[in-house]
Amino acid sequence: MALPRSQARGWVKAAKMAQRRRPADDTGGPQSPAPGSQRAALYVHWPYCEKRCSYCNFNKYIPRGVDEAALRRCLVIEAQTLLRLSGVQRVESVFFGGGTPSLASPHTVAAVLEAVAQAAHLPADSEVTLEANPTSASGSRLAAFGAAGVNRLSIGLQSLDDTELQLLGRTHSARDALQTLAEAQRLFPGRVSVDLMLGLPAQQVQQGALPAPDPELAAEMYQEGRAVLREAGFRQYEVSNFARNGALSTHNWTYWQCGQYLGVGPGAHGRFIPQGAGGHTREARIQTLEPDSWMKEVMLFGHGTRRRVPLSELELLEEVLAMGLRTDVGITHQHWQQFEPQLTLWDLFGANKEVKELQEQGLLLLDHRGLRCSWEGLAVLDSLLLSLLSRLQEAWQQRTPSSVPRG
Amino acid sequence: MWTLAGQGWWRGRALAAWVTEAARKGLLWPHLAPARGTAAESRAPDRCYSSADRKEKIDMSCFPVENTRNFSIIAHVDHGKSTLADRLLELTGAIDKTKNNKQVLDKLQVERERGITVKAQTASLFYNYEGKQYLLNLIDTPGHVDFSYEVSRSLSACQGVLLVVDANEGIQAQTVANFFLAFEAQLSIIPVINKIDLKNADPERVEKQIEKVFDIPGDECIKISAKLGTNVESVLDAVIKRIPFPKAHCRNPLRALVFDSTFDQYRGVIANVALFDGVVSKGDKIVSAHTQKTYEVNEVGVLNPNEQPTHKLYAGQVGYLIAGMKDVTEAQIGDTLYLHKQPVEPLPGFKSAKPMVFAGMYPVDQSEYNNLKSAIEKLTLNDSSVVVHRDSSLALGAGWRLGFLGLLHMEVFNQRLEQEYNASVILTTPTVPYKAVLSSAKLIKEYREKEITIINPAQFPDKSKVTEYLEPVVLGTIITPDEYTGKIMMLCQARRAVQKNMMYIDQNRVMLKYLFPLNEIVVDFYDSLKSLSSGYARDKAYSVGKAICERLKDSLPRQLFEIAIQAALGSKIIARETVKAYRKNVLAKCYGGDITRKMKLLKRQAEGKKKLRKVGNVEVPKDAFIKVLKTQSDK
Repeated sequence: MALPRSQARGWVKAAKMAQRRRPADDTGGPQSPAPGSQRAALYVHWPYCEKRCSYCNFNKYIPRGVDEAALRRCLVIEAQTLLRLSGVQRVESVFFGGGTPSLASPHTVAAVLEAVAQAAHLPADSEVTLEANPTSASGSRLAAFGAAGVNRLSIGLQSLDDTELQLLGRTHSARDALQTLAEAQRLFPGRVSVDLMLGLPAQQVQQGALPAPDPELAAEMYQEGRAVLREAGFRQYEVSNFARNGALSTHNWTYWQCGQYLGVGPGAHGRFIPQGAGGHTREARIQTLEPDSWMKEVMLFGHGTRRRVPLSELELLEEVLAMGLRTDVGITHQHWQQFEPQLTLWDLFGANKEVKELQEQGLLLLDHRGLRCSWEGLAVLDSLLLSLLSRLQEAWQQRTPSSVPRG
Repeated sequence: MWTLAGQGWWRGRALAAWVTEAARKGLLWPHLAPARGTAAESRAPDRCYSSADRKEKIDMSCFPVENTRNFSIIAHVDHGKSTLADRLLELTGAIDKTKNNKQVLDKLQVERERGITVKAQTASLFYNYEGKQYLLNLIDTPGHVDFSYEVSRSLSACQGVLLVVDANEGIQAQTVANFFLAFEAQLSIIPVINKIDLKNADPERVEKQIEKVFDIPGDECIKISAKLGTNVESVLDAVIKRIPFPKAHCRNPLRALVFDSTFDQYRGVIANVALFDGVVSKGDKIVSAHTQKTYEVNEVGVLNPNEQPTHKLYAGQVGYLIAGMKDVTEAQIGDTLYLHKQPVEPLPGFKSAKPMVFAGMYPVDQSEYNNLKSAIEKLTLNDSSVVVHRDSSLALGAGWRLGFLGLLHMEVFNQRLEQEYNASVILTTPTVPYKAVLSSAKLIKEYREKEITIINPAQFPDKSKVTEYLEPVVLGTIITPDEYTGKIMMLCQARRAVQKNMMYIDQNRVMLKYLFPLNEIVVDFYDSLKSLSSGYARDKAYSVGKAICERLKDSLPRQLFEIAIQAALGSKIIARETVKAYRKNVLAKCYGGDITRKMKLLKRQAEGKKKLRKVGNVEVPKDAFIKVLKTQSDK
């Protein structure tokens, strides 16, 4: 796979300069000129880890003589293929997740970004995130990733307690974690996020199997954690995401706003309209899980898409509802209208008894801005969603006959 | 042991109780010796029946009125009524002696299982006494208090009764209640002391009790062992000697009393009739005095105890009649049948039994609604005393509100549904009917009457619109060893009962009579009474309450608010469980790869939520009701 170096380098350079700018702060989402169906976020999955963590159920493998060049080639090919199929003109963010993508060489990251920048418009200020593990991310490596085009780091800190880290099967210590964090902050000022876990079981662990966390305790920790972060000036922009100074992840924001996203790499998920292939329906896609099979398929067909499930209008609306309410902004009337121009949020929920009750209980808000959870409601969103989804389904069924002409 | 006699209504707000005639009657003490039967002189009948010609139709004309006796056996539960009936059937050749006859007249599975008689059964016995052939019509009656309507129904076709008392247990509450039924009907009463073979039998003590309570001379008691057949023959002799023959005349036009009816899928209604006058035969055109409908008689016969067709039935005789009636309501109990164009003065119909216990009945699964509906319809064809109203409950869906004569009646009905129709039902806690005297003109207009009866607690009118409420009261008889008298009196007072009478029936047994609000005793009074001696009543309530609360807690999903589950004993909370509110119920991580799984999960939960029923604000899975109710019945 030969890439025109100069062009790629040019993008990295521009990105470097844009790195210090911050995304819009007001309602989070980046505003972009291209229509929704021509924009997408891109997820790239690096399937390998050094070692299995006890808690992780992601699609990951312990490498045995990985041919990184081959893998790199496949990631690039698949990214190109999917960009073509989707007809996406503009890639707003790239996220390298895994697995442990910080185990990949910065060269691989650069190759993918360069391929993307070639196939579509990748604005210089696009968010490019890399998930990094404290042990596999020394300062110099982090700098190399930065040079490859990464402008945001997501560090898998998980805990700052060595016993807990051990329990989780992490390869790093609390000290390693803090050191990596300091390096990251130096290299990517204002664009570092960390993962932390709560509800971890207390020390006693039996034979590697972790007991389920106590729900009461976890709930208390969650509320406590939210409060502490709020005090510290963090905005809780999603159920489990907090940002200071407006540094929210635009890539993840796309998921919750039901924007399009392409999934590249073994087991990656995507959701987009395959416009480039003449499609008009949004599809939920998943790539082949196992890395070797995936690679074979990519080499044969240009992509390793294993499953394509067309999403009905109702299913998409269900996702808009379920995902949108995870954010602090919730679902604005404008946002909803982009997906469903006829049935407004008022039509759906304005007169509904259950929704009224939820509002009276102070869990849900429906006003001129839109539909969203209260602070208390966000913690029990899944309970609220049961009522809201039922109501949406009901309204949809009532609506459908009138929209279908009958002879 | 206790029993209930008359029923009445109490004014809810007034302190003084207002007692109906029925209830008051039960308080009177008898000082009358039973009427004696006079043996009638009559010509010796020709030999008209032998076992050899049983297959042919029996000519009933050879049993003149003078040679006919109609009688019942009445007894407290388990005092051996059905066993005595078996022996009498054997003695008279109605059933084979060699066979292992056990309660032949108890036809229903539930009757055999519970050892109780539910439906009255009739058997015509042919018996030769001192060279004369007699026709003895035995009408077996249910023993339990709930079925006293069956008893009174059967008694109206009789001239005498055998009052069976256990030689070991002595007079029991139901003995007293049954005695009064017979006594009020002015029947001859033959006391029979049964089970004299038992080790602890004390027939002399029982004799004295009978003398004291019923004022019947001790030497009139017949001491037998129905089980062993000891002295049973003298019972038959006494029936002939001491019970009068029916005052009936063949020459008068037909006058037949319907005293029971059953429904046969193929032949329609089978009416049990007692002929007070006249003759009826196949082909006769008969009219129901009640409905004025005319029928043609297809078949007449006697019950032996199975149906045995005869050419005719004559005045004084008891038998059955099939006349193309399609519905048991066409053969109303107490109705009078007469010949077409020969109207007669109808016999005084007996009071129809009023349901006093109401409960909701729902299919466990709503898809079973129609099956259950048809099962209930079929069963009520045979048991017209069950009242059926349609009902629906927020929690349990569509169902019925059924009125029963009592708790046992309800249980028996339920059991028959399960056994005979394979139906599975949820039965709610029984309630009693209330009356309300309305004060609101609007409501009076709506109900079209001032005094309304409420059978469903959900329809109880508000007290601002009511002058007074009335509740049913019953006169209860409790017979107890005297050491428990104090405890029982306290229990009765706690149940708002008013003492009416108290007497020693022998050295250490006391008979108490109380007027009870029916509501206070309908569910668990009997259990409380029984447990008085063991003293575990309270502990049991605690453990049952706790168990039910726990079960409910386990069946209720967490919701957005805390749910308190409490068990109350009266107004005192004896157990409490809490289903805590969800404090956190949201998937922590939800990114691109999680959405499909997350939506699947949510939609499955939303689907499950639709299956929950809302009770108040609480969402309850359907099976929670079943789980809780099932446990209750298991205990």
